[in-house]
Amino acid sequence: MLKLYDIELSSRLLLGTARYPSPAILSEAVKRSSAGIVTVSLRRETSGGKTGGAFFELIRQLGVRILPNTAGCHSASEAVLTAKMAREVFGTNWIKLEVIGHHDSLQPDVFELVEAARILTDEGFEVFPYTTDDLIVGEKLLAAGCRVLMPWCAPIGSAAGPRNPSALIAMRAAFPEIPLIVDAGLGRPSHAATVMELGYDAVLLNTAVAGAGDPPAMAEAFAKAIDAGRLGYLSGMLEPRDMAVPSTPVIGKAVFS
Amino acid sequence: MSLFLVKGAGVAGLTLAYELLRRGEDVDIVDYQDVIGQGASHFAGGMLAPYCEREAAEEIVLTLGLDAADWWDKAVPGAVIRNGTLVVAQPRDLADLTRFASRTRSHAWLDRNGIADLEPSLAGRFEKALFFEGEAHLDPRRALAGLAKAIRNHGGEFHLGWGPPPKKNYTAVLDCTGPAAIPNIPGLRGVRGEMLYLETAEVALSRPVRMLHPRHPIYVVPRDDHRFMVGATMIETEDDGPISARSLMELLNAAYALHPAFGEARVVETGVGIRPAFDDNVPRVVETESGLAIAGMHRHGFLLAPAMAKKAASRLSNAYVPQEELIP
Repeated sequence: MLKLYDIELSSRLLLGTARYPSPAILSEAVKRSSAGIVTVSLRRETSGGKTGGAFFELIRQLGVRILPNTAGCHSASEAVLTAKMAREVFGTNWIKLEVIGHHDSLQPDVFELVEAARILTDEGFEVFPYTTDDLIVGEKLLAAGCRVLMPWCAPIGSAAGPRNPSALIAMRAAFPEIPLIVDAGLGRPSHAATVMELGYDAVLLNTAVAGAGDPPAMAEAFAKAIDAGRLGYLSGMLEPRDMAVPSTPVIGKAVFS
Repeated sequence: MSLFLVKGAGVAGLTLAYELLRRGEDVDIVDYQDVIGQGASHFAGGMLAPYCEREAAEEIVLTLGLDAADWWDKAVPGAVIRNGTLVVAQPRDLADLTRFASRTRSHAWLDRNGIADLEPSLAGRFEKALFFEGEAHLDPRRALAGLAKAIRNHGGEFHLGWGPPPKKNYTAVLDCTGPAAIPNIPGLRGVRGEMLYLETAEVALSRPVRMLHPRHPIYVVPRDDHRFMVGATMIETEDDGPISARSLMELLNAAYALHPAFGEARVVETGVGIRPAFDDNVPRVVETESGLAIAGMHRHGFLLAPAMAKKAASRLSNAYVPQEELIP
């Protein structure tokens, strides 16, 4: 079972709550995904220091664990402030830490990220850092106190899928004991299955579901793909070979040179 | 003949008053504001765009919105401009245009020449666009003023500004107070919308233009006098304070990307409205203690108010609906 900061979760899907056509569709998508955790952006639904009361109430009523995020923050100090607000609003020490380096590419600023992770861990937060697939950054985040890493597989919202599987494989090998969650860049259920086959522990999705023609159905499709990928990983997959492998003996062709 | 009290002189209240008058009923309209249409209606885009809205709204929004342009045309002759809608995207966001096309219908693809023919100001700026020929738009402020005039001409009485409501024997009280009804109607929430008006003579548009973007889609609706309404954000909060710097930057940035001349335009107005919505973002006619409410218009006030008004009026009045319209 997936264990994140000592909490056991039966689902390996984390679902974002932004940009659904309506709260009703969001709610249905969460149900069909069986997600155990939803992420919520504090800044996105905040205006003039007042937060989205009715919307947040709706999120609470989904009955799943809430992981507030710092989406839209561009510096460590901004992210720390947002995390503290989130702790007040949702009564949780969990924070998905996002510090964006560039407004356009939405690439994480890993320097500010590590700094914010250190400050927040010191203040008692349990930090889920959105990072790149860089191993050294991963090490620094762990040194700062993180016990989960959330690497991207492609830029946020790009729907491009795993762009650099070798880097994901290297990261899995470098941090065998740390829960690794692919966050950002997935577009299709097969992308999710692929990263789960690589041994990733979970997947975080938002746009791929919220932007789909039928978000609840897509949420279920991803849930199935994640289960399939995980089961495949655990079942010992075959390594690819160059040649066909006949499943019955071929007389006279027993030995290839 | 019955006498009804409509609370709220925004798009929902005025369309309902008009539909009741059409059925031969009497109507008083109250609003705490001194002037009609000062709520979210004041900041509306006025796009009668059922096909485009279908991209992110339920099918019922399309169905109910199809007759809106005809309704407004009859109620306020001359208010409706039937030039369709143009949907564009920056080259890097072309995938969004394809997605938009796959979620909607009644559109045609345009190439550079097609875009230039329709909107010469946008010539050479976009490679591809979607044209929704069957859509229309109106200026919400002028349309509501025209509707109020028609209502007065047919005996509807306005009681505007703070003061005791008229003491009469009303058959029913009809709550069309928009966000003010949020505390009273279960399931209703507020969605903040921010907009601005730009003024420039360097750009001319004949129809609403929507520019798709993964994070900050905008629409620009041309008005008279070289003004352009640029909208609109959708934020899940009931805060109605002034527009945030971030939203202002995003709207201006998107307008600038649509046409650089907007960079030289004057920002003549910014505005914020709270759009009441149910959790499926579809409006409803709701029974209340003293009558009915039309609630949850969300971002579809001018598009769906006629259908909602007809629905509510037909519940309130069994009177024969004359075929000829009320024309002032």
